[in-house]
Order: sequence, then structure tokens, then C-alpha cells
Amino acid sequence: MTPSRNTLGWMYEKMVASRHFEELIEKIYMEGKTPVFNMANGPIPGEMHLSNGQEPVAVGVCAHLTPDDIVTATHRPHHQAIAKGVDLKKMAAEIFGKATGLSGGRGGHMHIFDAEVNFACSGIIAQGMGPAAGAALSRKLQGKPGVAVSFIGEGAANQGAFHETLNLAAVWKLPMIVVVEDNAWGISVAKEASTAIQCNADRAAAYGIPGHYIPGNDPLKIYEVAGEAIARARRGEGPTLIEVETYRLAGHFMGDAEGYRPDGEKDALFAKDPIPNLRRLLVSDHGFTEAELDEIEDKARAEIEEAIAFARQSPDPKPEDALTAVFA
Amino acid sequence: MDNERKLTIARAMAEATAQEMRIDPRVFVMGEDIADLGGVFGNTRGLAEEFGKERVRDTPISETGFIGAAVGAAQDGMRPVVELMFVDFFGVCFDAIYNLMAKNTYFSGGKFNVPMVLMTSTGGGYSDAGQHSQCLYGSFAHLPGMKVVSPSNAYDAKGLMTAAIRDPNPVIYMYHKGLQGMGWLGTEKGAIVHVPEEPYEVEIGKARIAREGRDVTIVSIAQGVHHGLKAARILQDQGISAEVVDLRSLVPLDRDTIRASVAKTGRLIVVDEDYHSFGVSGEIIATVTETNLADLKAPPRRIAYPDVPIPFARVMEQYCLPNADKIVAAARELCGAVIPA
Ligand SMILES: Cc1ncc(C[n+]2csc(CCOP(=O)(O)OP(=O)(O)O)c2C)c(N)n1
Ligand SMILES: [Mg+2]
Repeated sequence: MTPSRNTLGWMYEKMVASRHFEELIEKIYMEGKTPVFNMANGPIPGEMHLSNGQEPVAVGVCAHLTPDDIVTATHRPHHQAIAKGVDLKKMAAEIFGKATGLSGGRGGHMHIFDAEVNFACSGIIAQGMGPAAGAALSRKLQGKPGVAVSFIGEGAANQGAFHETLNLAAVWKLPMIVVVEDNAWGISVAKEASTAIQCNADRAAAYGIPGHYIPGNDPLKIYEVAGEAIARARRGEGPTLIEVETYRLAGHFMGDAEGYRPDGEKDALFAKDPIPNLRRLLVSDHGFTEAELDEIEDKARAEIEEAIAFARQSPDPKPEDALTAVFA
Repeated sequence: MDNERKLTIARAMAEATAQEMRIDPRVFVMGEDIADLGGVFGNTRGLAEEFGKERVRDTPISETGFIGAAVGAAQDGMRPVVELMFVDFFGVCFDAIYNLMAKNTYFSGGKFNVPMVLMTSTGGGYSDAGQHSQCLYGSFAHLPGMKVVSPSNAYDAKGLMTAAIRDPNPVIYMYHKGLQGMGWLGTEKGAIVHVPEEPYEVEIGKARIAREGRDVTIVSIAQGVHHGLKAARILQDQGISAEVVDLRSLVPLDRDTIRASVAKTGRLIVVDEDYHSFGVSGEIIATVTETNLADLKAPPRRIAYPDVPIPFARVMEQYCLPNADKIVAAARELCGAVIPA
């Protein structure tokens, strides 16, 4: 399954948009946090988990989804949200804690919820999986089309919810795909130090479902494998587990000194940055011109800058609004 | 004394743990990112270097597994110290905590002991939103079979940790992120105090009068104690003498100290960063009203977190959190103070 020229352009655009979003967030996050780094300060307080380097997973999978399909994401959700089509302005505003944010500032960066495109998050490891299975079950019970994709990190595959939900999805043949973003680290703990087997995709065998491992952080390969899995789910043939090798070019969160990384790891990862790689490939193999790609980049960046400007200019919520929206 | 050695709570916790590990080979530590990283909140720093990775173990993100494992190890004669990184994560592992850790002593008629410490971080105030900012004091204190402590300063942090490790019972050791002395979470200077080098215990179940006063009693724990002390300093300038009680332990609860203080002042304010309803603040008030109602000159008050999930946006979170100003206002009302122009 090869993406159309349009889809290739879309994938590149969303990867650039996602990276630019993270670059701007990173810069703004540090405002008010120097020389003393205190998480509580600045226009974006709290924890911040950036997705730089992990864009291929988001676009390779979400290229196959419609707004009607369901995505559940993690504490590191920006790339997935952007690829799923979450409203950029409202998402940026939510991350700034503004009244115009998706949740009026109640959720923040780890709790991006956009009902318009069926996108939800949890900052608790692996806990997006249950709701994804439930949404898939709901579609099945209602006889409605749609698949649910749960993105998790490789560290989450050691959590009970991972195993319980895979079994559930398999035994009920749910239209669900679990995508494990293997960035080799769960905070400071390396995958091989925490995981009994090398490849989480092999765990699919325990639930009698297909499992695929995709090396190389390659958006086209991810597109192909995810496409087959999603088509299979849409045909009612049940869930698939996909693990993707990806690169965390950022720290675990902003402020992470990353002392646990072996020497040279970061440089090696940056040398494999998927965005310039895809750009080269689009020119060499897919007939895109440099001018065309520049135009795509400009458009992506402009959209992000507009969203960030909207967030900056938006008003704070009213303090007492904290007490509203607890119940329907 | 300026030349006295002062430590942060994070370092005091690590020091107590290291000292117990030196004298007791049964003590070992496990949790997420606690070995080379020394804990996200610094409370296991240096332990992996000194004791190696057999005794200081990074775990997979498998709380139900490793906390359950700690229960089994404790029953088998070890003294595990385990970390649940944020108390909010109790949702994925509470069975191991309250159905196993807290009940196995009882179920076995005392044939099994469960001498383990479960360390966990609490508290917000830095916009980490509703899955990373809770205190949940009441949720843990409510369930029988486990002791619950939470220090407000480094001296108590070391002594409570030593006592917790030596205790033959399970102890939930809740440390407030805002008091850890990690710069990136802000620093409450009042938590950084003199800590003696030698091991010592702070008795679990014993409150401390953090400040003496005559007119109103402010009861709290952890971060709330610092709000109470700040309020007491402001109130002093306004002619109100506030006594601050630092509970240090929730289970067992030092009801005598609370009652004695209220008997003296006749007024009670409970400061609780945990949710308002069904929690610690109600329990403290009941402690006084059930037996000593006549001591009260005014209805008791509570400054607690409203019954809503913790919001991300700074203005909303700060609106909800207890602070010194709210305590001052409540104390002035209780004392019938006339607001000076
Ligand atoms: C149940 C639970 N345990 C621990 C944490 C703390 N925590 C946040 S992110 C993280 C590492 C997650 O690693 P991984 O799943 O690989 O995702 P990544 O951060 O690499 O994207 C941990 C342990 C949590 N949020 N939830
Ligand atoms: Mg990871």
C-alpha cells in the first residue's frame, strides 16, 4: 500500500507542523523559567512532554483515519493530536491554560480532548487502551463504522491494562489497533531493562492477533502496515498490535537532563531525523519539487504560528470556573 | 545556628533509607526511575551507587506487579521500600495496597507481618493537572491496616522514614512535591531544616506543635503546615495568636494533641490540600466535636480543596488551593476580629 501523492504531501505537512508546534512550545515553555527552572512559572506551566522525532508514527497511522474514528493518546500527545486533526487553535490555547482552550484550561497538555474528531488522552500509562476498546465495542454494538486506535509508549506494554485490553479486544474481535511508540526509553529506564522480550509486537501471539514490528521510524512503512491493520479492523476481522521504532529527540519532559542516555545517542538520533529524510525521499522518489515542499512547509508553519498567537492572545479562564463542568 | 547541617526532605529521606540499608540487609528499594536517576523527586539519590542494583531496583511501569511483590517480599522477611511515583497512580495498583498490604496481617491473624514502606509523592500548585496533583490523604487514611505519615520538614522526614522502615507494619509515606527541595518544583524554605547525621526516629502517630498560640488552632499536615505558619505570622501582627499543629501522621492520628490544643484556644481551623468532603478535615473536626464540643467557642472551619478535579490552568488551580490568606480570613472571622482600616 503506497500513499497517494496527496497523502504524501499531507504526511509531510503534518510532520512539519507537529515539529514546528513542539519547537515553539519548547521556546515559550522556557519563558519565565530562566535562570531558575521552576515548572510553575511562565506562560506554559506544568510538565511538558514533547514529541519531536515521533511524528512518523502519528501521520503514518492517522493518514488512514477519518474524524469519526477514535484515537486515545498519552502524556505525549501533540503529534497524534495534530495528525488526527484536533483543532490547533483550541489545542494550543488549552496547553496555555486559556479560556478558549479545548477544555477551557481544565486539562492542559496531558489532557487534550476534542470531541469533534474523537480524540482523548490520559496521563496515566496505558490507561487510554480501555476506553479505545470500549469505543470500538460501542461502534460494533451500534452497527456503526469506525475503528479505535490507542497510541501508547513501549513502557506501557508492561502495564496490566495493556494485557487486559488486548485480550478483551481479541476475544471480542473489536475494531481496534494498538500502536506502541517504541522510543527506547520510559523516562530514564531503557526498554531492555524493563521488558522481558525484545519486541512487544511478539506479545500479540499471546492474544492470537496479528503483531507487527516496524523498524526505522519510517512513515511510509508505518503507513503501509497501519493501513492493512485498519482495513482489517474495518472488515470486522479484529484487532492488531503494531510496535514502531521511533526516536525521542527531546528529553522525557522539559527540564530532563537526560544523563541516562549513552554518549552520542542524541547525535545519532538527530542524524536520523525523519523530517529531512522524508523530504529527500519525496524529491528523489516521488516527484516533489523543492519549491513545492517549501510551500507545504510554509503553510504548515503559518498555521501553527497562527494557533500559537491565538493561544497567547486568549484570555485566562475565570478562576471560579474551576468549580464548573464537574458534572454533565 | 548557621553552621548546622541543613537538608532538603529529598536528601533526608535518602539518608534515612541509606542508613537503614547499611545496618539491615533486609531493606531494599524498588520503583520507577529510582536507581540511576535517584527518583524523579530525588528521594533515592545515591542509593544505587552505594548499594547496587540488586538492592535498588528500577521497575517496569507495572505498579500492581511490583507493589504486590513488595507485599510478598515483606511477608517473607524482607523490608521493601517501594515508590509509587505520584499518588495519583494508585488507581492502577490499589488492590495490592489496600486488599493485600493493608489486610494480610489481619487476615493471617498476625501470622504474617507486612513490614514495608510505600513512598509516594503528593500535591500540586505547579499546574500538573488532575492526574498528577492530588493529595488523597483521606483515601489512604480511611482504610484500616496501614499507617500513613507525611512530613512537613526534613527533620521529620528523616525520622519518620527511619521509623517507617523499622515498623513491623505497612506505612504509606506521603511526601509533598512542593516541599522536596527540588528547585524545579519551587522550594519551601521552611522545609529545609537541621538534620542530625545519626539515625533517629520520629514516632509515628505523634503530632507536633509547630507554633504555640492562644486564640485559634490551625491543624494541618505537610504543605498545609507551612500555609498555617505563614498565616500565624500574619495573624500575630493583627493581634491574633494562632497555634499550629503539624499532624505528621494521619494513621494513627494524635487526637490528644488536637483536643488539647483546641481546649486551650477554643477555635479550630483545619487546612487540608486534599478534597473537602469525606476526608481528613471532617475527621479532625469530629475528633473535637465528638468528645470536646464544649471547648469550642465558634464552629470549626476547614480550608480544603473544593470537591472538583484539579484543573491545569494556574488561575483556576490557585483559586482552589488552600493558602495563608484563606486561613487568615477564616481565623479573623472565628476570632470576631474587626478588620482594621
Ligand atoms: C501508571 C503510571 N505509572 C507511572 C507514570 C509516570 N510516567 C509518566 S511517563 C512514564 C514513562 C512512559 O514511558 P513510555 O510508555 O515508553 O512513553 P514515553 O514517555 O517514552 O513516550 C512514566 C513512568 C504514569 N504516568 N502512570
Ligand atoms: Mg518510551
